[in-house]
Amino acid sequence: MSSALWFSLVGAALVAIALYGVFAEHHPLRRLIALNMMASGVFLVLIGLARQLPGRVPDPVPHAMVLTGIVVAVSATAFALALLRRLSRVQQEEG
Amino acid sequence: MSEALVVLMVLLPLLLAGMLLLAPGGWRQRMGLSATLLSVAPLPPLLWSVWHSGVVEVALGGWQPPLGIALRADGLALLLLTLTALIALPLGLHAGPWFRAHATVGGRGGEWFWPLWLFLWSSLNLLFLAADLFNAYVGLELGGLAAVALVALGGGRDALQAALRYLLLALFASMLYLLGVALLYGAGGTLDLALLGGRLESGVASRAALVLITLGLSLKGALVPFHFWLPPAHATAPAPVSALLSALVVKAPLVLLLRIWFELFVPLGFGAAGEVLTLLGVVAILWGSLQALRQQRIKPLVAWSTVAQLGYLFLVFAIATGLAWSATLLHLTAHALAKAALFLAAGNIVLALGDDRLSSLRGASHGMPLTFFTVGLAGVSLMGLPPSGGFVAKWLLLQAALEQGRWLPVVAILAGSLLAAAYLFPLLRHALTGTLKPTGESAGRSLPLRLELPPLLLALLALLLGVLASWPLALLKPAMPVVLS
Repeated sequence: MSSALWFSLVGAALVAIALYGVFAEHHPLRRLIALNMMASGVFLVLIGLARQLPGRVPDPVPHAMVLTGIVVAVSATAFALALLRRLSRVQQEEG
Repeated sequence: MSEALVVLMVLLPLLLAGMLLLAPGGWRQRMGLSATLLSVAPLPPLLWSVWHSGVVEVALGGWQPPLGIALRADGLALLLLTLTALIALPLGLHAGPWFRAHATVGGRGGEWFWPLWLFLWSSLNLLFLAADLFNAYVGLELGGLAAVALVALGGGRDALQAALRYLLLALFASMLYLLGVALLYGAGGTLDLALLGGRLESGVASRAALVLITLGLSLKGALVPFHFWLPPAHATAPAPVSALLSALVVKAPLVLLLRIWFELFVPLGFGAAGEVLTLLGVVAILWGSLQALRQQRIKPLVAWSTVAQLGYLFLVFAIATGLAWSATLLHLTAHALAKAALFLAAGNIVLALGDDRLSSLRGASHGMPLTFFTVGLAGVSLMGLPPSGGFVAKWLLLQAALEQGRWLPVVAILAGSLLAAAYLFPLLRHALTGTLKPTGESAGRSLPLRLELPPLLLALLALLLGVLASWPLALLKPAMPVVLS
């Protein structure tokens, strides 16, 4: 099995596990973790796409996509955590 | 020259957003309107240039695709940029006074509205101009983040909960979309929408990409049964934000889906899958209208009406003709103008009455006749009565459906108009009959013109679109996907 295929398969498996998490979990924090896992899966698929035949230069475009994707995912996660904290504080104040 | 204008459409609101974010507190509200005005500035010359000499393409930094980032200003992009600007100006006039009035009754968020709105604007423009699928993803995601932050501005428990739900959904939808894009890249070796068209072959990867991209974008576009997040998010947000969300934010993913569908998926022979989308669109029209009919509160009623009106935008997938495509985009424009007017007017009413129950509207039209006139005018376009933009759009859509012998969309369009009349009527009936019963401290407060005029302006634009429909149609014509023309 080529390593590109291996990366893609692991990525697909991660997405599948994450999908289960998104639908089965109800707490927003757990859902957020599942979404992060899903993102990692998608990034692995992209990295798998970038690996090409030995001796040839790997394709830089998927790498650029993964880097941008990571930045977006990190900021979205930080934002979601901030919202979650604010929400739990408001809920505590309201009792 | 026109290339710089394209870049400025994205860069200007982004820079101004950053500046307002760093500016000291009072400046944000004082400079918000000027920043909005300034961001519109590159649009008129760009519109002129595209109208007279066609599509403008820019490879940013001189890097050509596939490695570089390309922006493409075609007729479709220009229509949406203009629509956004037309909504931005009245909204900018309304938002300042609205947030100030809102603050006197304990509301928050006015200060942060402006930078977030400019961020949102920048990402919407990026999405409309994006020539490649990944850039569109970035626009989609950044716009989603700004929209979520705007929903959270209310600060209360309901607003935060709606915002969090919206954010998780948006993240999920973008991941589906991105996975689809990855598969397309794997199959075609480029992200450029125009280049990809010639390189894809019908296979497992492109089939899976179709499912993932369509699913992701319909989730964001709130197609039934993925609409569950829309009513709470749109109904709890501050009025200017609700107007932005319903008028523009939900439309952006649909525009992207229209582009990808007719430029990639239909040429690949996957057009038949459009039947499913149209069927869901029909269900959305009926279900959204029935839910709107059941609402007892003003803003949820308007939000459910958005679910119904979005359904019309999915009828084109089965009809699949050039006429239906143009009609769909005209409907999108008409709905955006009318719904922005209606949400701003609804915000005014809630502000003046201090209560958003339909029953408390009794006799309210005496205090704010202009606002209820606006509700009536916006209603005319939403119901699709002549001479409004909504009428022309529905008429063309109906004609396209009849030409193709598509009876289900025909029935849905007609039933949807009747139902729209039924759910919008209570807004006016309560207001025009009886005398005002004071229900709260602020009940019966009269509204300043600065709050009443901007929504009226939007409603008049929706009406005017019916008379001037040939302009947007002429702008769209050269941008029509090849399979449809």
